[in-house]
Amino acid sequence: MKPNDVILKSVTRVAAVIILTFSIYLFMNGHHHPGGGFIGGLSTASAIVLLYLSFGIEKVRENIRVDFKKLAAIGVLIAIGTGTVGVVFGKPFLTQTFGHFDLPIFGDTELASALIFDTGVALAVIGTAVNIILSISEDR
Amino acid sequence: MTIFYTFIFLPLISAMLVPLLYKYLNRLVHTGWFVLLVPLSIFIYLLRYIPDVAAGNTYNYTLSWIPSLDMNIISYVDGLSLLFGLLISGVGTLVIIYSIFYMSKVREALHNFYIYLLMFMGAMLGLVFSDHLLVLYGFWELTSVSSFLLISYWYERKSSRQGALKALLITVLGGFGMLAGFIMLIMMADTYSIREMIANLDVIQSQTLFIPAMLCILLGAFTKSAQFPFGIWLPDAMEAPTPVSSYLHSATMVKAGIYLVARMTPVFGGSPVWFWLVAGIGIITLLYGSLTALRQTDLKAMLAYSTISQLGLIMCLLGVGSLAVYFGPSDSGTIFAVATFAALFHLFNHSTFKGSLFMVVGIIDHETGRRDIRYLGGLMQVMPITFTIALVGGLSMAGLPPFNGFLSKEMFFAAVNDVSKAGIFGLSNIGMMFPIIAWVASIFTFVYCMIFIFKTFGGKYRPEKLTRKVHEAPWGMLFSPAILGLLVILIFFFPNVLGKYILTPALTSILPMMPMSSYDLKISAWHGLNMELVMTIGVIAVGLLLFKTMKRWIQTMRNYPQGLTLNHWYNQGLSGTEKLSASLTNRYMTGSLRHYLIYIFSFFVIVLLSSLLLLYGFQFDFSGNAAISIFDAGLVLGMVISAFTVLFAGNRIVAIVALGALGYMVSMFFVIFRAPDLALTQMVVETVTTVLFLLCFYHLPKLKKRIERIPFKLTNLVISIAMGLTVTLLALSANGHKLFEPITSFFENAYELAGAKNIVNAILVDFRGFDTMLEISVLAIAGLGVYILVHQRSKRREQHETE
Repeated sequence: MKPNDVILKSVTRVAAVIILTFSIYLFMNGHHHPGGGFIGGLSTASAIVLLYLSFGIEKVRENIRVDFKKLAAIGVLIAIGTGTVGVVFGKPFLTQTFGHFDLPIFGDTELASALIFDTGVALAVIGTAVNIILSISEDR
Repeated sequence: MTIFYTFIFLPLISAMLVPLLYKYLNRLVHTGWFVLLVPLSIFIYLLRYIPDVAAGNTYNYTLSWIPSLDMNIISYVDGLSLLFGLLISGVGTLVIIYSIFYMSKVREALHNFYIYLLMFMGAMLGLVFSDHLLVLYGFWELTSVSSFLLISYWYERKSSRQGALKALLITVLGGFGMLAGFIMLIMMADTYSIREMIANLDVIQSQTLFIPAMLCILLGAFTKSAQFPFGIWLPDAMEAPTPVSSYLHSATMVKAGIYLVARMTPVFGGSPVWFWLVAGIGIITLLYGSLTALRQTDLKAMLAYSTISQLGLIMCLLGVGSLAVYFGPSDSGTIFAVATFAALFHLFNHSTFKGSLFMVVGIIDHETGRRDIRYLGGLMQVMPITFTIALVGGLSMAGLPPFNGFLSKEMFFAAVNDVSKAGIFGLSNIGMMFPIIAWVASIFTFVYCMIFIFKTFGGKYRPEKLTRKVHEAPWGMLFSPAILGLLVILIFFFPNVLGKYILTPALTSILPMMPMSSYDLKISAWHGLNMELVMTIGVIAVGLLLFKTMKRWIQTMRNYPQGLTLNHWYNQGLSGTEKLSASLTNRYMTGSLRHYLIYIFSFFVIVLLSSLLLLYGFQFDFSGNAAISIFDAGLVLGMVISAFTVLFAGNRIVAIVALGALGYMVSMFFVIFRAPDLALTQMVVETVTTVLFLLCFYHLPKLKKRIERIPFKLTNLVISIAMGLTVTLLALSANGHKLFEPITSFFENAYELAGAKNIVNAILVDFRGFDTMLEISVLAIAGLGVYILVHQRSKRREQHETE
């Protein structure tokens, strides 16, 4: 927005990293604690929007080369895709499953197929939110 | 089970690969070669079912989709669905081979073409194998949609777009009717499954909704099968590329209506309304189609009307055959069961000869650049192989030996001769009309077949009238019609192989009450010197006479006034509807946001308040409420203050910030009530929407103190108070009602069922995953909508500036 806002830029540099980290935490945490794909995606989107606001669209575009329209579409496709996996195994559409695995570094970890579905949700939310905000802000 | 579904959904799954194949491999290999594998493998897979199904077995497969709503993809393989499955995959294979040579890989957008075609093939397979009525309806509409896309494939042509729109309007109109009929049927039978309905017929047949359901379902069947007077979309659908015409508009999609009528015969057959509608409309369509085909000069239009007429013939036979349901297993029942057999036989034959004829027209169009018989002639000399195929197909269509059309047409004559013997439904008097109309229509059919063959291939060769240098088509284009032509001849000589293995099992599924052993279904080319043969000889004699004297009367027929055609009425109706809806829309779409909000809010208030009053919905139950703490009271006070700040704010920034504050206070409420998930979501959403508001705010003019008239302010006041009151009352009475079991017990064991300690998330992704999936789809579509709206506008503005 404003061409030269030192305070905003310096704060954003730190804040964006914190928000992004927090959003990943929210996303991964969703299965057992507050969080999940929707909020995780939305807070990621808000971090990206903050970057856009303080550094301008062109600069961020150069560094984040993602077509957010495609990202949204990919998200929806992932969500639908996890639904069909259940069908292949003879279960109803969108059946999720989970299990405990012994992974290196993490130890005993619970992995759920819901996480993949949630990834789809998150990508769809990020793609759509950023896409809408970009569209409106580019419209001069 | 999984294998069956893999094959049934193969077209839809492989459609997703087509863009990749087109993008990376089209320069080397025509994409059609990959697509060819799909119908071919389905065909081979389905062939394995023939011996078992012929032995009287049927197969049932269930794929659970939304089991809690009883929506499952139930497939039922019996004679009828197998017959259609084989036609869809078999003709599909041949059409794709043909299309590889017809569609240029350099000039055409092949990926679109093959995606639509595969989509259609998958929809068609799903349709014929579905036992679940609503799933069947879904696939039914998917065939309409994919046909729309295929007809408008050359969308830069206006006629393509108009033809596609016409087909869609008419078939979807019928489809809606059919859906209503299906719902009535489901309500009556209390099941979604067609098989279960047939098993409990007496439950359905005594109910008052029986006739309305039948009429609605027939509307769907008639519009899809281009019966009179709905057939007008089929000729316009010929704007599609020729492979599409020969596949959808002769062999498969238009036969979906026939399939539905056949499938529903055990349910509705035997009722006089069913007989008169199916047989009556069928025979009228036969006459109308053949008469109109005669007037056409465009080869494809001629074939289109001929298809309409032949579909009428099959429909009429099914109607006559439904009398067998009335008579049941008896001598009379057997007579009319043969009519149903003839319907199936002609259905198969029609797919072979009409498919090949459409491909022949495609070849002529491709090689000469002309489709109008007034320019064509003498092509026999330059295209001898094409001529042979056209001759085989055309004579079969005319009903001459030694081609399969002769056999089924003789059976058709036999069936209409038998109609008056039924002695019910007043047929002993009017029954005589059937053979007469059939005979007259067959004469016209004979004449247009002659015109088709001899005006195109006979006569003088005039290369100066053609736009291209003519030579014989490449082998690839000749291959498919030649195979179909070969089938036409083979079936004439060995009809009983087809009859025993394919048609008889299909007949058993249409007439399950008839014991197979009671009738002898031998098709024979020589059936004695009887009435049918005399009729055929009459057709040939009169037909030849008419063909010889064609010059004298054909012009009068072609000059038939346009104002009297069905098409004219369709166009009138369409433009009338457009005008009406435009004037209606202009009345309420004023472009003022205030008006829209007034409409929406008043509608909301009136409907909700009146329904609450009428249904005695006002029930307030405060007994279970917790005490109001000091925090709650403080927050509510804060919220009221910030809401009033929005109202009386002097500039927009203050208003937006106050609104944001209100949202954050709502999330505080969630914190107090221990709903951290909701609080988080509310907070993030609030932040993002405030940013969005600020962005939009950039575009808005400065808030001005406007001096408004009192009535204006008063309306606003009344509407806003009414709206607030309604929502409050609604929320309070919703709390007072306990209509359903609370669902908490289900979510209490979220950890055991979904392995999630966070119940909210377990609901979102596990228990109600379907909702979430659709929500993000809607979200993504809405995002694209915003993108397109904004970018289209700025693009247009840029264009405006550069001009």
